[in-house]
Amino acid sequence: MADTAGPSVPPILPLYVLYCEVCTFPPEYCEFGSSVSKCKSWLAEEHPELYDKYWSDEALVKKIGTLSLENQKKLDDDSAKKEAKAEAKASLAEKKRKESKITIKRVERNKRKHVTSVQGLEAFGVDLKKASKLFAQKFATGSSVSKNLQGLEEIVVQGDVTEEIVDMIIDQVGVLKGVPEKNVVRVEEKKKKGGDDE
Amino acid sequence: MFKKFSPKEDIASQTSIKSSVQRHIRASLLKQFPLLAQGEGEAQVLEHIWPKKENITLVKCKEHISIFALHGEPLFFQHFDGPFFPTLRLLHKYPNMCPQVGIDRGAIKFLLAGASMMCPGLTSAGGMLPPPEHSIPEGAVVAIMAEGKEHAAGVGLMKMDSEQVKKVNKGVAVESITYLGDDLWSLKNIS
Repeated sequence: MADTAGPSVPPILPLYVLYCEVCTFPPEYCEFGSSVSKCKSWLAEEHPELYDKYWSDEALVKKIGTLSLENQKKLDDDSAKKEAKAEAKASLAEKKRKESKITIKRVERNKRKHVTSVQGLEAFGVDLKKASKLFAQKFATGSSVSKNLQGLEEIVVQGDVTEEIVDMIIDQVGVLKGVPEKNVVRVEEKKKKGGDDE
Repeated sequence: MFKKFSPKEDIASQTSIKSSVQRHIRASLLKQFPLLAQGEGEAQVLEHIWPKKENITLVKCKEHISIFALHGEPLFFQHFDGPFFPTLRLLHKYPNMCPQVGIDRGAIKFLLAGASMMCPGLTSAGGMLPPPEHSIPEGAVVAIMAEGKEHAAGVGLMKMDSEQVKKVNKGVAVESITYLGDDLWSLKNIS
């Protein structure tokens, strides 16, 4: 390996680089991210001295450096476009998230025995493993995360605990925080396929 | 390498590794990054990054990528038995651990989109290549710096000798391995 450049003072201490909380890049790279204006306002609020360093007029002039003005304009346009795109994507994802449903299904195993399967919790940022652990603890039954026929992950809880799970979501217990009760759909699956929504 | 990487699908296994293997990894890290060997005993730089007593986890991923993580935080990664690459966050902490090359402003955009770095981006006015006496050999791990920025934007692998880059001035000079905003960057913690 070639030598590292620069003088190396004996105790080399790690350098702590500040990262933008909006786009996670070091602030000097925010301009290449997809949320420039948000990053800018964050930086102006949290670290005004850095904001001056990166976004003041003279810094902008310096930044253009070897690039021609035309290119610079193109770059700016690009970043604006990128930002708009990212925003549209985010809002679409948000909308989708709001619409996505949590299905709580009661499935008959044999005559009097049932299992309850819960689908769609992951869309609300719930860790399925943790949630299944919570159910197992709460109901003192077996509970596992498994893939269903469609290849989607679901939580399967032994026993009919539909009501209790709905109550837990309403009460926002533990990891279920942030799951809207409005999106819960209850389905009962018998031998013949059928269901009643609530 | 990490342009598309989803921890859920691409991680095959996570294991803590034998201490003898860890010793071996430590030795090769020290050999590859002389900076890490600086300082004695407790003060050694590697000791800061990865204390001797701590056990490192080997995260095996698809396509023969292995990531070495400490408490879930990725530190180094490796492809097959190739050289170790530091993750970008680690490189930011110790910017001098690899030799540095610089790219001009025009190339930053492409680097952050995952492209390899072409010679002209390094040889132009905004670019930076080390002087001949510190030339970087082919196959070396380098930090990709950017014009007007103080922190590295990516980690790369030299595809040519740095002197050759100046001479040929055409084609791929540095393959970008990981860069700001790729999926390894977003992966702050492997759980």
